Amino acid sequence: MRAIPAVALLLASLACHAETPQQIRQIYVAEATSQQAGFTPSAKRGDAFFRQRFAINDKMPACISCHTDSPLNAGEHAVTGKSIKPLAVAANPNRLSDPAKVEKWFGRNCKEVVGRACTPAEKADFVTFLSEVR
Amino acid sequence: MKRLLLIALLGSAFPALADRLPMPANAPASFTTECSSCHIAYQPALLQAADWRKLMAGLGDHFGSDATVDQKTGQEIGAFLERHAGSASRVGNAGNPPRITQTARFIRKHDEIPAKYWRDPRVKSAANCEACHPDAAKGSYSEHDISIRELRE
Repeated sequence: MRAIPAVALLLASLACHAETPQQIRQIYVAEATSQQAGFTPSAKRGDAFFRQRFAINDKMPACISCHTDSPLNAGEHAVTGKSIKPLAVAANPNRLSDPAKVEKWFGRNCKEVVGRACTPAEKADFVTFLSEVR
Repeated sequence: MKRLLLIALLGSAFPALADRLPMPANAPASFTTECSSCHIAYQPALLQAADWRKLMAGLGDHFGSDATVDQKTGQEIGAFLERHAGSASRVGNAGNPPRITQTARFIRKHDEIPAKYWRDPRVKSAANCEACHPDAAKGSYSEHDISIRELRE
């Protein structure tokens, strides 16, 4: 319960300007911690999530359907063929710099590929994976 | 001699002009960012205004994807698309949901393309203009620039 005002504060302070991947990770970690005490984000779990086959969507059964098996690579939209810049911060420094953009794409892609909203813990793990992968 | 040269120049310029659909210079930033993440930002002239309106009203299920935008952005993009939309008589109806590939203009322009090319892995989807028209995003759909060699001319 004590974590909620902290999350709100963080979100408010992060809303207006460009952020670092660490700050974006912190938003999700705080949110996950408020649901599950002692939560620690894990790049390894984020990596596994990236590769998991959800099989909800025929054309995009997993993240890797469009983003290839490495977030360091450029991907390609499975339906339209449009190229997609790498997700990993190491390969694309523009990633994880805008909290609203990150939320927007979690919102869309989780619904479409995972078949539900992603949990704060999953988002924290995924963001950790993308900021650390080399 | 000069006149001949002028005629030759004009003659070579016109076919190209017919296949140019430049992006209006005043495209709002929201249009570019929202509409070009999954496909190229299609030029407003590719659909008539009524079809853009229909399309913008159905972004929650945009060909199987959630492409919703907030209300302010939606209004901004919608107004831009409708202001620069193609004329109904030139483009034709796009069906429901509206598809650029269902307009009479698109069908007429592509009627010589054998079906196997639409299934070619290099093409993937008729929505992938750039597979054949490398400068589609810049509004160039000239037949001379087709990137799949077998389809040139």
